[in-house]
Amino acid sequence: MNINATLIGQMITFALLVWFTMKYIWPPLFDSLEERKKKIVEGLAAAERGHEQILLAEKKAVAVLKEARNKSSDIISLAQKRANELVEESKEQAKKESERLILAAQAHIEQEKQRARESLRQEVAVLALSVAEQILQSEVDQAKHLEILNNVSSQFAG
Amino acid sequence: MATEAHVAEGATGYIVHHLTPLSVGEGFWTLHLDTLFFSAILGGLFIWFFKSAADKATAGVPGLAQNFAELLIEFVDAQVKDSFHGRSKLIAPLALTIFCWVFLWNAMDLLPVDLLPMIAALMGVEYLRVVPSTDLNATFAISISVFFLILFYSVKIKGWSGFAKELAFQPFGPWLLPFNLLLKLVEEFAKPISLALRLFGNLYAGELIFILIALLPWYIQPVLSFPWAVFHILIITLQAFIFMVLTIVYLSMAHEDH
Repeated sequence: MNINATLIGQMITFALLVWFTMKYIWPPLFDSLEERKKKIVEGLAAAERGHEQILLAEKKAVAVLKEARNKSSDIISLAQKRANELVEESKEQAKKESERLILAAQAHIEQEKQRARESLRQEVAVLALSVAEQILQSEVDQAKHLEILNNVSSQFAG
Repeated sequence: MATEAHVAEGATGYIVHHLTPLSVGEGFWTLHLDTLFFSAILGGLFIWFFKSAADKATAGVPGLAQNFAELLIEFVDAQVKDSFHGRSKLIAPLALTIFCWVFLWNAMDLLPVDLLPMIAALMGVEYLRVVPSTDLNATFAISISVFFLILFYSVKIKGWSGFAKELAFQPFGPWLLPFNLLLKLVEEFAKPISLALRLFGNLYAGELIFILIALLPWYIQPVLSFPWAVFHILIITLQAFIFMVLTIVYLSMAHEDH
């Protein structure tokens, strides 16, 4: 229990331990702690920034969506207008076409009527001539009465 | 229980045997080999553990060893920051060393009292005292080192004249100079003595009680030694903590200029 040279030995050991701790143990461990602290602070700040960016992006996305919706409705109304125009145009065209067709048909019918009348007149003339010829074979002078017959046939035509 | 020879000497012989250090040399130049040996081993253990943690230290996700080492580092750093407001590269590592080393010394008390002495006896070593903190030389080695550091920092911070003035003129002013001086000297010398004796006394008494329990019949021993060991876990940690905190406080007092 008495104090002796062990004390000196122990003090030397203690000094060595403290020196070693001071030089090789405390600094790296303490630095890594500090560095981690800094990293965590930075990480938290980055997370905060990311959060803000997300909010910003959401706002932007909403604006973009709104714009797109507006544009699409514009396009739709424009297309509807155009379609109405097209329908109107084609209606107009069809009307014109039908009128043209009707006119053409009427002209054709008139022509046919004319032609049929002409041929009928000639046939009637020939028929009447032959009838008259048979009835009046002996006493009617063909050359004398041809003018009268022509008159009659022209009256048919009228 | 002890060997036959010591049973023959009775309880006193057993106790004395347990508290006798393994020593070589004569007079002042006696060396307690067991104290030196176990202190060095435990110091090596402390250094090895922390060095391996420090070598692998990363700022990323720490491993198990680094986690534990950082726990202690932060704990010690918090204590230092609580009472010491200056800047010093020495105090925090010093406090860490003291805490861990003293704790490991004290923890030797939790080993069964007869285990290591019996193994040593089988190898032909007659005396072995395994708890370094039951040796006054060990506790005084730290406290005297701390005392020197107190003196060193007092002089370094306040200068020779400042320190002398503090010793001579406080707390009662220059007219009571001899009284001041006496008071201050007692105060200064009380620091290392109280530090060393507090640790020594607690651990010596604790060890003695373990030895006394070991003298009882075997069927009573667990009933007593288990609660005492549990209680001792608190004591050994507390004593290491007190030693560390008082060291920090004394050194911060040395740094303060009045």
